[in-house]
Amino acid sequence: MRVLFDSFTVLAVSAGAVFFLAGTVGLLRFPDSLSRLHALTKADNLGLGLVVLGLLPQATGPLVALKLITVWLLAQLAGAIVTQLVARAVRRENQEA
Amino acid sequence: MTAAMVLDVGLALLVVAVAVWIVAAGSAFAAVVGFVSFGLLLALAWARLAAVDVALTEAAIGSGVTGALLMTAASRLRPTESRSAGERPGAFLHVVAAVLAVLVSAGLAALVLIPASPAPSLAPAAAVHLPELDVLNPVTAVLMAYRAVDTLLEKIVLLLALIGVWSLAPDRFWGGAPGLWPRSRPDGELTLLARLLPPIGIVVGIYILWVGAIAPGGAFQGGAILAAMWLLIMIAGLRPVPEIHRQWLRLVLVVGPAVFLTVGFAGFFLPNGFLSYPAQFTKPLIIVIEVVLTLSIAAILGLLVAGPPERERQR
Amino acid sequence: MNAATLYGLCSAALVGLGLFGAIVHPQPLRKILAFNLLGGGVFLQFGVIARRGAAAGMGGDPVPQAMVITGIVVAFSATALAVTLLLRLYQVSGSATLSIETQSSSESDGGGR
Repeated sequence: MRVLFDSFTVLAVSAGAVFFLAGTVGLLRFPDSLSRLHALTKADNLGLGLVVLGLLPQATGPLVALKLITVWLLAQLAGAIVTQLVARAVRRENQEA
Repeated sequence: MTAAMVLDVGLALLVVAVAVWIVAAGSAFAAVVGFVSFGLLLALAWARLAAVDVALTEAAIGSGVTGALLMTAASRLRPTESRSAGERPGAFLHVVAAVLAVLVSAGLAALVLIPASPAPSLAPAAAVHLPELDVLNPVTAVLMAYRAVDTLLEKIVLLLALIGVWSLAPDRFWGGAPGLWPRSRPDGELTLLARLLPPIGIVVGIYILWVGAIAPGGAFQGGAILAAMWLLIMIAGLRPVPEIHRQWLRLVLVVGPAVFLTVGFAGFFLPNGFLSYPAQFTKPLIIVIEVVLTLSIAAILGLLVAGPPERERQR
Repeated sequence: MNAATLYGLCSAALVGLGLFGAIVHPQPLRKILAFNLLGGGVFLQFGVIARRGAAAGMGGDPVPQAMVITGIVVAFSATALAVTLLLRLYQVSGSATLSIETQSSSESDGGGR
């Protein structure tokens, strides 16, 4: 059972890391702000989600698991709203230019 | 080389690389963005050094609150940047500064590489009285009991800094509200965030304060989170920025240091000296002091970011 | 080499970088940033000393750690005061420079508000 949980953790966290890597490459390589935001949200949502999912079997109790999920939900909320704000600022700048 | 070592080497290199970026970046705004990430990376380094209390403080205050303050300043000062480009010092000063910096760094590096043996430590001394205090987090114990005078003076420094910031306002604005204008539309995303996040953030702030007795956390970290929630509500325009002449505001600002000081002076009469707690009330007294301190810290941090008054006092 | 030594070298580099930036940058805001970098390096040095002083079942010596927490808050207060001074200078003189020549020239071309 332990081995099963551990291999699930390794698999999910690695998959999350791949998303973070892809998001970072996109952030550095994409040509304009909007597509860079797009790359960033993938790392935030899926990358962090997979890392949290992978860590859940390692949690020592339901309270720790709840905290992990809260971290993911809060990052989702902040990420979504900050992305909107940045995108709005980008559009305003484009209109002015 | 173990996996942990690879992580440490990578993290240390990243911290130095971001620091180089902060010094070399073309615009002040870019440098400030670099500074916020620098603070978060440094927090990770603190966690790797088994100092989670410091990591929380660095992330909340060193990176978050300081970042908010510097970002506002950078956007306000943007018009001055092009003018100061012509003021860069000559090559000679660059060389002198570089030599000086390398010498200082080399000296510090030598001190790190030739460690004192045995390493100096006050940990055993701090551990001796921990059971009496009933505070299991040694860092909180040091802050609130063994070195309480440092913590008290630091509160006074915070208050003095706020008075200094306020006194830089033009005379006609004295007593008015700080210039933290609401920047969002009433139906915008920021308003949504300012409605959703504070109920959670306030609970987290109080939790961080409470858990400080047994695990990493405490008044500073909790206070910084509460301050962030207050700033979010004010920036979204859900609550007005208070005018600085308000009686309740000034009461909140001084209640923490005042209670701390009162307990400190009571120590002269009851136990055996300034800032010593009577043995049977140590734990409740520390909790009372931490609660009021958190309140004052949150208010002072928020107002330091909000800046000096920029509107005339309403009559 | 252990983690404490590694971060100790990192902190030495940060102090040097901060010192260099504080001297060569003409903009006061960049000087404030560099000064905070220097402070971060000094604090990290404390962290290394704390880590090496691990004893009595603690991961690190709590006394330097508590001092750093106090230090971070005091550094923030100083930064807030410095930033406000700088913004006030800009408000009064229309420029944010420490150079005397530029300051007097910007005053003569009516930069004041």
